[in-house]
Amino acid sequence: MLGFGLLSGLTFLPFVGVAFLLTQRGEDPATLRNIRWATLLTTLATFALSLVAWTRFDATSAAFQLVEERSWFGSGLVYKLGVDGFSMPFVLLTTFLMPFAILASWESVEKRVKEYMIAFLVLETLMIGVFCALDLVLFYLFFEGGLIPMFLIIGIWGGKRRVYASFKFFLYTLVGSLLMLIAILAMYGVAGTTDIAVLLKTDFPKEMQFWLWLAFFASFAVKMPMWPVHTWLPDAHVEAPTAGSVILAAILLKMGGYGFIRFSLPMFPDASTYFAPLVYAMSVIAIVYTSLVALVQEDIKKLIAYSSVAHMGFVTMGLFTLNPQGVQGAMFLMISHGFVSGALFLCVGVIYDRMHTREIAAYGGLVNRMPLYAFVFMVFTMANVGLPGTAGFVGEFLSLVGAFQANSWVALIATSGVIFSAAYALYLYRRVVFGALEKSSLKQIADLTPREIAIFTPLVLLTIYYGVQPDPILNTTAASVDHLIQSHTALLDAVKLAAAGQ
Amino acid sequence: MPFLSEIFQHFLPETILAVGVMTLLLIGAWRGDKGFALVDELAVALLGLAIVSIVLSVKPDRSVFEGAFMDDAFARFMKVLSLGAALVSIILSHDYLRRAGLEKFEYPILIILSTLGMMLLISADNLIAFYLGLELMSLALYVMAAFAREDGRSSEAGLKYFVLGALSSGMMLYGASLLYGFAGTVAFSGIANAVSASAPIGVVFGLVFVMAGLAFKMSAAPFHMWTPDVYEGAPTPVTAFFASAAKAAAVAVTVRIVITAFPGADQQWRQIIVFLAIASTLLGSFAAIGQTNIKRLMAYSSIGHMGFALIGLAAGNEIGIRGVAIYLAIYLVMTLGAFAAILAMRVEGKSVENISDLAGLSRTNGLMAFFLAMLMFSLAGIPPLAGFFAKYYVLLAAVDAGLYPLAVVGVLASAVAAFYYLRVVKIMYFDEPAPHFDPSPLAVRAVLALSTISLLVFWIYPTPVMDAASVAAKSLF
Repeated sequence: MLGFGLLSGLTFLPFVGVAFLLTQRGEDPATLRNIRWATLLTTLATFALSLVAWTRFDATSAAFQLVEERSWFGSGLVYKLGVDGFSMPFVLLTTFLMPFAILASWESVEKRVKEYMIAFLVLETLMIGVFCALDLVLFYLFFEGGLIPMFLIIGIWGGKRRVYASFKFFLYTLVGSLLMLIAILAMYGVAGTTDIAVLLKTDFPKEMQFWLWLAFFASFAVKMPMWPVHTWLPDAHVEAPTAGSVILAAILLKMGGYGFIRFSLPMFPDASTYFAPLVYAMSVIAIVYTSLVALVQEDIKKLIAYSSVAHMGFVTMGLFTLNPQGVQGAMFLMISHGFVSGALFLCVGVIYDRMHTREIAAYGGLVNRMPLYAFVFMVFTMANVGLPGTAGFVGEFLSLVGAFQANSWVALIATSGVIFSAAYALYLYRRVVFGALEKSSLKQIADLTPREIAIFTPLVLLTIYYGVQPDPILNTTAASVDHLIQSHTALLDAVKLAAAGQ
Repeated sequence: MPFLSEIFQHFLPETILAVGVMTLLLIGAWRGDKGFALVDELAVALLGLAIVSIVLSVKPDRSVFEGAFMDDAFARFMKVLSLGAALVSIILSHDYLRRAGLEKFEYPILIILSTLGMMLLISADNLIAFYLGLELMSLALYVMAAFAREDGRSSEAGLKYFVLGALSSGMMLYGASLLYGFAGTVAFSGIANAVSASAPIGVVFGLVFVMAGLAFKMSAAPFHMWTPDVYEGAPTPVTAFFASAAKAAAVAVTVRIVITAFPGADQQWRQIIVFLAIASTLLGSFAAIGQTNIKRLMAYSSIGHMGFALIGLAAGNEIGIRGVAIYLAIYLVMTLGAFAAILAMRVEGKSVENISDLAGLSRTNGLMAFFLAMLMFSLAGIPPLAGFFAKYYVLLAAVDAGLYPLAVVGVLASAVAAFYYLRVVKIMYFDEPAPHFDPSPLAVRAVLALSTISLLVFWIYPTPVMDAASVAAKSLF
């Protein structure tokens, strides 16, 4: 394979599907069926290949693995891919969720199916690339490149205010990332390379760290999104097609958290410690404020979008505690939130496909006609709340434990967010699912189809499995988390020693 | 005294064009407009031959004609860009001229004369050669702007360009005379010696006037006023030529003058360049937002891009000049691709130029919409398209030189610019279809496709451009 390794294959495998789709012409049912199946098979094959990568991955080591490196632009830019305990789970999450995204669009996308599927496959390549890239410029390339397909997905297949939402999404993210680009260039100036493995070992001057940290923060805080730059997310979520929302919530948001854990924390340790109170403050504001905002939403998708912002508040809080529980919890929460929020958007998609509205007021009493759906929706609502026994609990709990060690006031306020999240989630559930079935339009609504059951079964099982058995995820990330924290404490100790020596 | 043939090899491409264009003129005079097709094809062949003669020759850098003409790697790089852009402009123009009834043999001849002027300009190593090259280029460009003489807008463009261009030439000459007066020489190296310790005030004045004239030719703000009107009024293939080849030559000579003639006065010229860069990037992004005509949009876009190229020059070191070289190479491909798309905008035989005419193009002509969308993303500097790497390398130089505020202004301006590039994509992809475009000629489609594909795959194999740009930048220092 021209000397390319497993991860290159994984990253660019979706392009094989794209190449096939490009050969398809016409809009007749047979062609459309080919297109859908080809896309699904491509995503499944990618998932299978990512499992192969996982079996070759040694979770006990914190080093970069499956590394491949080639010269690229010369002068310090390398084409380098690799995974460690932070990126491997995200790669798996991406490849795992893509088939669901495709299945969710099976019938709901009717116009320009080919372009839609191509956009998703290109997006998959770019997402995997973000998590595998071990060169900062290569990372940036994938990170920013993802804007193009997502912009088109929201803008072409979105709802009524799709143009506004797509522009807002694109420009918000772009401004943040461009500041990061300047920081990348400055880092190149210091280290003479953009190889992440080298940069991780580079000591950036303390003064410089603050600026670099802020520039990276601008990008990741928008992507995450953190309060107060979260406002693009509800718009993007509401207008995006179901699969777009799923990918946005489950994976694109995680790029922000991944960025923090890959770059900000290990590369700028002094600045991370210095700015931690700022992050705490923004996180708890996000947790409390967006939970309250979620409470008054009248649009189901918007409510879930605000709930995502609140959960991401837990993630940023956990990451910057810089103790094992907090970071582990944040990692776990990002993965579980990937399943749960993705599944919640799929749940919304189910009723949206039938009724073509996302107004909460348009529903009520669905349990009478859709018992299966009510059950599935219940599981994910509970997981979103963080009920013990579901995947949502483990991450939230661990990050709160971590926060308590770091700053008990932060933990105290953040814990109130757990109560608020129960309030808005259960309130939503009651209004949509319970009550009498009064609306005449809902009288004929049908329960889950076999395709939808096939989508939800694995997600329900995994949500509960990881709730009672979180070890597989925790073990994958453990070595890298330990390494991160050890090197961080070592650096800070060194600084303290130096200060004491003076 | 070196042998003539040894000198000759250094201006072989210029000789090819000069002798060739006179031959073409004879053919044209003999056959009249009936000879258009032949002259046109021969012109393409001449430009191609000139490119080949540059690319294939391996020769040391050398100054000839008593220091008037510099043949170095930087000049060769820029000449290939200008020649390539001229060649593509001729290919693009064929169909347009036929439909507009402008099949006059003077057209390719003017392009070649102007290109010859650019090549002299790029190689100029003293003030006299510089001015000669500049005027040869500009005089041909003035005529070309007014080439559609029956069309009021075209005549207006030509007149406007000429009047303002003459003014800028006057300023430049005044600046050059000051430089000569204070330095006592017209050679760039001599000026460099004269200002190496400290720059006398008269030299600074001269520098300012020369830079003002050059900024006019580059259409850098605040000397950009002619650009939107001329771009809009001139026939589209002529605009493509203005926006590509002419820009490359103007930037190239600016780089050469400030780097080789004023290394000692870098504090002085850097202020000017930084100001031009900031003004151009900001103006290019904000003023383009309100445009409805796509040619005017491209005019403002080109102003913004010149600002970006100047960011690399502001750094003033080898990395910066490499950045400028890469930027121009990629910018030319993007511009020519975009103008190919504009030339393909034709409804029922008539050219249309409004952005709204592109509405719903993704459904009426999916391939063209895709190509144009990718061009727009590339112009906006979104990776992995080549436009990103263009910006990357100039910003790298600015950050390396410690010009952080300039870099930050640049990226913020490019975020604003992204808005109007996205608007074009939005109109093509999100809006309801407007009337179909006519099938466009093969040449136009080919240019559009090739330019877009090369932008898309640039990141996979960037080595040739990167290496050539590195060598070019090194030769100036």
